[in-house]
Amino acid sequence: MTREIPSFVLRLLLILATLAVWEVFVWLFSVPKFILPMPSDIFTALYRGIATALYFSHFGVTLLETLLGFALGSTLAFSLGIAVALSRRTEYFLYPFIVMFQSMPKVALAPLIIVWFGLGLTSKIVSAALVAFFPLMVNTIVGLRSAEEDRVNLMRSLAATRGQIFWMLRLPNALPYIFAGLEIAMIFALIGAIVAELIGSESGLGMLITSMSFTMDVAGQFSVLLILAMLGLLLNSLVTVVRRRVLFWDPSQKLDTMTPNRGEAP
Amino acid sequence: MRAVAAAPDIARDMIAVRRLSKRYGSGADAVDALRDIDFTVSDGEFMSIVGPSGCGKSTLLKILAGLMPASDGTALLNDVPITGPRKDIGVVFQSPVLFPWRDVLGNVLLPVDVQRLGRERMTARALELIALVGLSGFEHRYPWELSGGMQQRVALVRALIHDPALLLMDEPFGALDALTREAMNVELQRIWLERRKTVLFVTHSTSEAVFLADRVLVMTPRPGRIADLLPIDFPRPRSIDIMTTEAFGAHVRRIRADLNTGRGIE
Repeated sequence: MTREIPSFVLRLLLILATLAVWEVFVWLFSVPKFILPMPSDIFTALYRGIATALYFSHFGVTLLETLLGFALGSTLAFSLGIAVALSRRTEYFLYPFIVMFQSMPKVALAPLIIVWFGLGLTSKIVSAALVAFFPLMVNTIVGLRSAEEDRVNLMRSLAATRGQIFWMLRLPNALPYIFAGLEIAMIFALIGAIVAELIGSESGLGMLITSMSFTMDVAGQFSVLLILAMLGLLLNSLVTVVRRRVLFWDPSQKLDTMTPNRGEAP
Repeated sequence: MRAVAAAPDIARDMIAVRRLSKRYGSGADAVDALRDIDFTVSDGEFMSIVGPSGCGKSTLLKILAGLMPASDGTALLNDVPITGPRKDIGVVFQSPVLFPWRDVLGNVLLPVDVQRLGRERMTARALELIALVGLSGFEHRYPWELSGGMQQRVALVRALIHDPALLLMDEPFGALDALTREAMNVELQRIWLERRKTVLFVTHSTSEAVFLADRVLVMTPRPGRIADLLPIDFPRPRSIDIMTTEAFGAHVRRIRADLNTGRGIE
């Protein structure tokens, strides 16, 4: 009889095996370093970047851009979402703009944004905010309109005002949708910031990738991608932690995947 | 159709419904939900309304709750026409309609929050009512932690918290299993005997209607009209065993006959 191996050990073994196969493959077929570096090269580059503190400052810049862009984009999306959800008139007039912007790949605006707002922090924040904006606005609208008729009737039967129906019913009822939107908005903000950095910037992880591509430092680029993945994970868990606390009452919390609208690709 | 007996003492009527009609839609597509409904309910009376589905009994209740305007005729509550939601009416719907983000106490205090009655003043009363329905110890539980019967008890307490003059109940136990339903009927009678509210109780169970009511109003389907108004004079408190007596059976049979002739007219 053999003891059963815990699944997390299997998972770790699979990752290690993949890296080993990759390493051997590159070595065996002598794949040039500027096409596919070996995992060992990537980890060396990662170590060098961290040891010289080069990555830290760029990491900080991208993190700041993303968070500020997220804050700006979410604030606007939330306010506009409320305005549209509460008034059919607002929706009627804004609808053409919303549809036009929604069907447009927002990252295509990055070059324009660089021209308008320069190479510094502002253009990255604007780009991040713009990409983060739509999924949250759409989810806010859908969420605010999703209150069940029975619940609205209950509030009305108590002679509740429109404001009370909003604060005591529609808003809390929309929170699962809003948090699903915030989760997407956070990751989209990172995408928006990185794209703007790739187009033109003086610092940040995106700028680092661009400058490494000029020197054919592919191992370095991989190491930055690894850091970006970590950053994405960190940002996502930031929202998740808040969501778990606020939405303790939501049955869909028991599942890891959120059911409401996940938004479109940027 | 049998003539509806006029109430002897007009001054004691809490509700007076006069030639009330409700039509949905207009022109050739119009559907008559209610036609020429006339009845009165005295202060402290328990009246059941029975009828097949589609007889407009829920529509009638919605009009009395001020959630929907009548097409014709009037409904008076203490001699004042009901034109919109009022603060002195409590409504219990078929589903409990609890807010998952509020605990039991929070749900019970919803009318207190809406009507700004002051939580400090009303919490003691809320706890007392929660105890009255046997939910002591569950004050800080959330709706999803309760069974269907417990949830409906919370809904009942919520309808009583602001001390309404009139309690409107729209098939409140329709979604419960037979045993829970009987238990809830006994409990509702006990609460009613203790609090003496005027109750309008809509159901499609003839035995439930007879068991609970001082008078049973029988309605015909589309357009809803009054087929019969039947006094039930069993002494209170009534035990569930009364359902097996010959007198009880006679009442139930008469309502069944009313419902069948009502269908025959159409």
